[in-house]
Amino acid sequence: MRHARLARGVVCVIAAAGLFATSGCGAVLGTAGPAAGSRNRIQVWALQDPQNQPVIEAGIRAYNRSAIIGAELLTYVNDAYKQKLQVSMGSPNPPDVFFNWGGGNLAQFVRAGNVVDLTTRLERDPNANIFLDSVMKVGQVDGRQYGLPMNGIQPVVLFYNKKVFADARVKPPTTFDELLSLVDIFKDRDITPIALPGAQGWTELMYLEYLLDRVGGPEKFAAIAADKPDAWRDPAVLRALTMCQDLAKRGAFGKNFASINYDNTGASRLFATGKAAMFLMGSWEYSSQASNNPEFVRSGNLGWVPFPKVDGGAGDPKNVVGNPSNYFSVTSRSSHRDAAVNFVVSMVTSKEYISALIDAGQVPAVKGVDKQLATSANADFATFTYRMVADAKAFTQSWDQALSPSVASELLTNLQKLFLSDISPQQFVTAMEKAK
Amino acid sequence: MSARSQRPGFGWAAPATVFFVAFGILPIAIVAYLSLTRWNGLGSPEWAGLENWRALPDDPDALNGIKVTFLLTLLCWLIQTPVSLLLGVWSAGRQRSRAILSTVFFLPLLLSTTAIALTWLSFLDPNFGLAASLGGSSLLSSPHQALYAVAFVIAWQFVPFHTLLYQAAARQIPTSMYEDAELAGANTLRQFFAITLPQLRNTIIASSVLIVVGSLTYFESILLLTGGGPGTATRVLPLHMYIKGFVGFDMGFASALAVLLVAVGTLLSVLIVRSTGYYRMASDREGFL
Repeated sequence: MRHARLARGVVCVIAAAGLFATSGCGAVLGTAGPAAGSRNRIQVWALQDPQNQPVIEAGIRAYNRSAIIGAELLTYVNDAYKQKLQVSMGSPNPPDVFFNWGGGNLAQFVRAGNVVDLTTRLERDPNANIFLDSVMKVGQVDGRQYGLPMNGIQPVVLFYNKKVFADARVKPPTTFDELLSLVDIFKDRDITPIALPGAQGWTELMYLEYLLDRVGGPEKFAAIAADKPDAWRDPAVLRALTMCQDLAKRGAFGKNFASINYDNTGASRLFATGKAAMFLMGSWEYSSQASNNPEFVRSGNLGWVPFPKVDGGAGDPKNVVGNPSNYFSVTSRSSHRDAAVNFVVSMVTSKEYISALIDAGQVPAVKGVDKQLATSANADFATFTYRMVADAKAFTQSWDQALSPSVASELLTNLQKLFLSDISPQQFVTAMEKAK
Repeated sequence: MSARSQRPGFGWAAPATVFFVAFGILPIAIVAYLSLTRWNGLGSPEWAGLENWRALPDDPDALNGIKVTFLLTLLCWLIQTPVSLLLGVWSAGRQRSRAILSTVFFLPLLLSTTAIALTWLSFLDPNFGLAASLGGSSLLSSPHQALYAVAFVIAWQFVPFHTLLYQAAARQIPTSMYEDAELAGANTLRQFFAITLPQLRNTIIASSVLIVVGSLTYFESILLLTGGGPGTATRVLPLHMYIKGFVGFDMGFASALAVLLVAVGTLLSVLIVRSTGYYRMASDREGFL
């Protein structure tokens, strides 16, 4: 019975492995406790970002020089950060200060009672009132201020490749119809008219955000964000959705857009190398191009215009969409609440911090900062961005940040299906009405 | 079969059992509870009764996820089983060249899933990858082809493991059986079907169970290769569960999907094991033919 002996051997090995694993586990548990995190400092959580991180680090160093309770920075990559933040907020061990996107993302933490209300603190401190109102508004929930802008404004801009446009003897579009005829022209020249990293739904969302604003005005999305009945069923929403789908069907994004990724800079490279003529992206694309394809920016071939207007549309063509800013907020469970509030207010409103943001190529959401921008390294683009936002009647926040995470993830899934014509605009509306 | 008296007592299995209860059974029980609640990870879960379960048939992505999962499982089995069976039997031979080539075939086994997925992702990149130089159109951007691309990459990763199983099993087949067959005038093909295949029966079942149950929970490569796209063409059930739970933070619904996965996985493996008689663990070695 060789077989039985073999079976016994296997069981022994499994049992031994079990023993080993339990003892190993015990050892880890025994030592890991006290080493974790020095909590006599203010813990600041933010995104890993080569542009922003040095600015925050310098701000923290400056603050720590005179502070009794110093601060320390911990950074994470985007998706991992969102998960870690959500989980830690529900745990007894949240950060003291956390990076967020304002809007619906911040609101769910506020509603769960996790965030400190900064309103009275700001009222007592007139020096803190330096930010653009449209940007401050996104850091508010139910009229109270919970977040302060901690980096630059990031409106969505239509970038274009000047060389490709010059070769085709065409000008950047000012109306949607011009955009459509440009699509046909570039298609004939075997150039992808618009680079679209459609593997990530948020890049497709930018079209819907702008088109709905141009067609129906900012009130249409405001109604959706406020969860008004039939807000998704509005004719303007349906028209904007149809326009998005038509763009994709017309071949505006080429054939392979569904597998192009933004994070690995695939779309940016397509655009910089002239394989695509235009690119609708957040203003951060400028600095990303400057570091990834420096020759493209230096040669002056990177051009930019606001999103074209839609003839007969109700929305003001000066309106912008995008990320008004990112925010710092303080958790209510923090063991250094007052110190953390002080830290946030004093750091983000300090002259040095704002200058450092500008030097890093950002456009801070600060009133009257344009004079300072005019002398900065990327003066043209920075001034354009600032004017665009300062002149806008409405700055609609990216929908995936403004809505709750569960609705936002449904939105992005359905948008990807819409662009691939897996579903019709009507089916999109029906699906979104069910999302909650 | 007088093995009963020789069996080791329960004490031997105790450490493994404790481990399995703590990290296997308990989490499943917690997830089953969470599937009856509304929870976004903040605060405490709110009792919701059967709400999540009732919403399940209404979610087109969940239904699509079930379909894609089964399709992928089938594809994985259809690709991996014949390829690794043939490779395994071939590499069980003692010729010198085979050892060297087998080593090459086993290489993917040493690579991490992430490395494999990222490598194939850049090969298949529609604009800058190998696929672009070879003809332009990309497997990954077509909703009809993306799943095949995914199944291929998974096969590339796991065929070596199953080949190893078959190689080991094929080497256990007594050479006397082949010698007998040779004397009786059976050619190589006949020997393969009359001796090798029946002798590998239990290995085929074991490998199939691993492939089927493995495919049901397959996730990382798909997340990295396609993110479930284009659209939802490759969004298998585990990936849908991840997106619901950790992107949408709808933990209740995600838990319902998780329970569904556990149930389907258990059911399928029990079905395979029962229907094939594998559970009797009967040896059919020697005395055949």
